[in-house]
Amino acid sequence: MNQTKEERHILSVLVENQPGVLSRVAGLFSGRGFNIESLCVAATTDPLVSRMTIVTIGDMGVVEQIKKQLNKLVNVIKVVDFTGTDFVQRELALIKVRARPENRAEVLRMVDIFRCRVVDVGSEYYTVELTGDEGKISAFLNLLKPMGIKEIARTGALALAREKK
Amino acid sequence: MKRLTGAEILLESLKEEGVDTIFGYPGGAVVDIYDRLVKTDIRHILVRHEQGAVHAADGYARASGRVGVCLVTSGPGATNTVTGIATAYMDSIPVVVLTGQVPRGLIGNDAFQEVDIVGITRPCTKHNYLVSDIDDLNRIIREAFYLAKSGRPGPVLIDLPKDVMSMKAPYRPGKKIKLRTYQPTYRPNLRQLDKVVRLVKEAKRPLILAGGGVVLSKGSEELTRFARKIVAPVTTTLMGLGVFPPHDQLWLGMVGMHGTYRANMATSCCDLLIAVGVRFDDRVTGKIETFATQAKIVHIDIDPSSIQKNVPVSIPVVGDCRLTLQILNDLLEKEKLNGIPEVRAPWLDQIEEWKSTRPLAYKQGQVIKPQYVIETLSRLTRGEAIITTEVGQNQMWAAQYYHVDRPNSFITSGGLGCMGFGLPAAIGAQVAMPDKLVVDIAGDGSIQMNIQEMATAIQYRLPIKVVILNNRYLGMVRQFQELFFGGRYACTAMECAPDFVKLAEAYGAAGLRATKPEEVELVLKEGLSLEKPVLMDFVVEKEELVYPMVPAGEPITEMLLV
Ligand SMILES: Cc1ncc(C[n+]2csc(CCOP(=O)(O)OP(=O)(O)O)c2C)c(N)n1
Ligand SMILES: [Mg+2]
Repeated sequence: MNQTKEERHILSVLVENQPGVLSRVAGLFSGRGFNIESLCVAATTDPLVSRMTIVTIGDMGVVEQIKKQLNKLVNVIKVVDFTGTDFVQRELALIKVRARPENRAEVLRMVDIFRCRVVDVGSEYYTVELTGDEGKISAFLNLLKPMGIKEIARTGALALAREKK
Repeated sequence: MKRLTGAEILLESLKEEGVDTIFGYPGGAVVDIYDRLVKTDIRHILVRHEQGAVHAADGYARASGRVGVCLVTSGPGATNTVTGIATAYMDSIPVVVLTGQVPRGLIGNDAFQEVDIVGITRPCTKHNYLVSDIDDLNRIIREAFYLAKSGRPGPVLIDLPKDVMSMKAPYRPGKKIKLRTYQPTYRPNLRQLDKVVRLVKEAKRPLILAGGGVVLSKGSEELTRFARKIVAPVTTTLMGLGVFPPHDQLWLGMVGMHGTYRANMATSCCDLLIAVGVRFDDRVTGKIETFATQAKIVHIDIDPSSIQKNVPVSIPVVGDCRLTLQILNDLLEKEKLNGIPEVRAPWLDQIEEWKSTRPLAYKQGQVIKPQYVIETLSRLTRGEAIITTEVGQNQMWAAQYYHVDRPNSFITSGGLGCMGFGLPAAIGAQVAMPDKLVVDIAGDGSIQMNIQEMATAIQYRLPIKVVILNNRYLGMVRQFQELFFGGRYACTAMECAPDFVKLAEAYGAAGLRATKPEEVELVLKEGLSLEKPVLMDFVVEKEELVYPMVPAGEPITEMLLV
C-alpha cells in the first residue's frame, strides 16, 4: 500500500461478552503481525457486550486491514476508529514514587499541579493515582523520574466519542 | 417435550442440516455419539487417520458444494485434525469438525486425552465453539453450519464435552439462524458496478482473473457469459481451475509461479484486470510492486478483508461472485457492445502470438515424462474426471496438463499446499459423487503421507484411482535445489520407497506400473476401467522440471522457460 505514514489509532471494539473473545482478538493481532500498544477490556451497561479499547500503530493500509479483520470475527459487533474524530481519551496510572522526607513536599506539589491523588502512603513510597491522556501521563512520569519511581501500573487508553454540543 | 441425550440432540441437529455422511474415527470421548450414530441413517465413513477424516470431508465439500462433516475423539483425535482444518481454512472450504472433549468438570485439569482444541484451532477456523451448556447445543450446531457455508465459507469446529453428550435435556428443533454480528454482503453496490461497466467499455486490453470464489459461489456460468460478452481473455488461479471451458479461444491457462507464458504476460500487459474471487496470493502475484502495473484493477470478493490487502485496487466490489457477475451481465445487456470485437482484436492477436511462440511444452523421449502421463489422462477422460492432487510438481503438472472442463472438479490444496491431501480428498469426492470417475494425481512422496486411507477406499468400495508420478524425489523441493541451491539435493531423494504395486495389492486394491512411454496409455486405460481402487505407479523422469517457473519474489514476467 502506498500510504505508508505510521499513525497511532484508538479502536473501540464492541464484542460479545463470551469466553475466548479476548483471545480471538489478541490472537488476530499477534498472528497477523499487527501491533498492540495497549488493550483494555470491560463490560458495558449491556452485560452481554464488552468494550475493548485497543491502541495500535500502523499505516493506513495496515489499520484498514486490522479493522476489516476485526469485523470478520464472529463475536465482534462493531469497530470504531477514533482517529480523525472528536473523542475523549483517558488513561489511569498508579505510580509508586519515592517519598523520602526531603522530597515529600515536592511530590505533593507535583500531585497538586497535576490534580492527582495520593492513594497510599508508606514509609518510603507514596502511591499516586493519575488520570489523563497519554501526554499528561508521560509528562508527569518524566517529572517524577528523578525522584525515583519504583513501580507503575497503567490501564492503557480508554476512549469514547464526544457528544454533539 | 421430548427429552434427549446430548448425543441424540447432536444427531437430530445434524439431520436438520441435511447431513447424510460423516467421516470419522471413534474414541472414548465420543463413544456416546457413536453409540447413537449407528442407529441413524447418517452414513459413517471410518477413515484410518483423523487428518484423513478432515481432508475427506473437505473433498466431499469441494466436489458437492455441500458442507463436509467429520467427527473425532478428544486429545490426539482432535490434534490430528489440525492440518486438515488449516487446509480447509486456507481454501475457504465449508467443513464442520466435531471433536470430543473430556467432561466439563475435568476441563483444565490436564485430564486424560484433554487438549484445548478450541484454543489450538482459533487461528485456523472461521469460528469455533465449546459447548458448555446442553441448552446451547442445537443452536451452536445450526450456527456452525450457517457460518461454514455462508459468506466466505470456512471450517468451523465444535468441541463436545463427554458429559454434555450423555446428559438429557428437552429438545426442540432450531429456529432460523440470525447472527447480529455476522451479516455477509451478497449484493454488490450498484454504483460500483456502473463504474465497472464504464471501464469495460473503455478498456483495450481487459483480462479476467478468476479464483476459488467463483467455484464457491457457483458462478462459473455467469463468468463464462461475462467473458464472452465483453470479449476478455480469462486466466485463473490454481483454485479457479475449471470455471472456464479449457478449449475456448479466450482461455489462457493458469497464472502465477507456474502459470502459462501467455497468462503471465497478459496479466502484466492488460489495461483492465477484473479479479473475481481471488485473494492475490504471493504465488499468483510474484513481486507485488510489478504486478499488473498497467492495469486498473476491479476486485470482486465477498470478503472485504481480501480487498486492498495485497494489491491496491481501483474499484473494490464487495459481494457474492456469482450474483455480482449476474448483475454485471444484466447491466451489459443494456449496453451497446457491438464495437467490442474490433477494439479487442489487437489484444487477442497479441495473446495468440504469446500462445503459439511459448506454449506449455515437453519432449517425450525414452523415459516417461510426467506431463505425458497427465496429458494422456486428460485425453482419455476428456477432462471430465474429478481430479484431486497431492502437492509438488505433480500438482503443478496436473494444473497445467489436465484440462478440467467444469467447476468443483479440480480439488487441490492451494493455500496450505498440504501433502497428503489428495488421497483422502478423493475418497470424500467419491463418496459425494458416486457415479463420477475420481483420480488422485500424486507424487511418490505425498502419497505416503496418507496412504493408510487406501484401506478406507477398499472398505467402502470407493473405486478411486491414484496416478503416482514416481520420480523418486521430493521433486518440487529438488527443483528448487537444482535451480537455486547449486544442485545440492539435501534430503530430497526418496531413497527407500515401497513397491507401490505390491502395496496396492496388500490393501486389496489393484496395482499397475508403467516404466516405458508406450505403456502409459495401456496402464491408464486398464486402471481407469477397473471398478475398484487402483494405484498406478508411473516411473517417470527423475529430474524433470516444472516450467514455466517464476523464482519466488520475482515479477511474474521473469519466467524460466523450457
Ligand atoms: C505436509 C507437507 N510437508 C512438506 C511440504 C513441502 N513440500 C512441498 S512439495 C514437496 C515434495 C513433494 O514430493 P512428491 O509428493 O514426490 O511430489 P513431486 O514434487 O515429486 O511431484 C515437499 C516436501 C509440503 N508441501 N507439505
Ligand atoms: Mg516425487
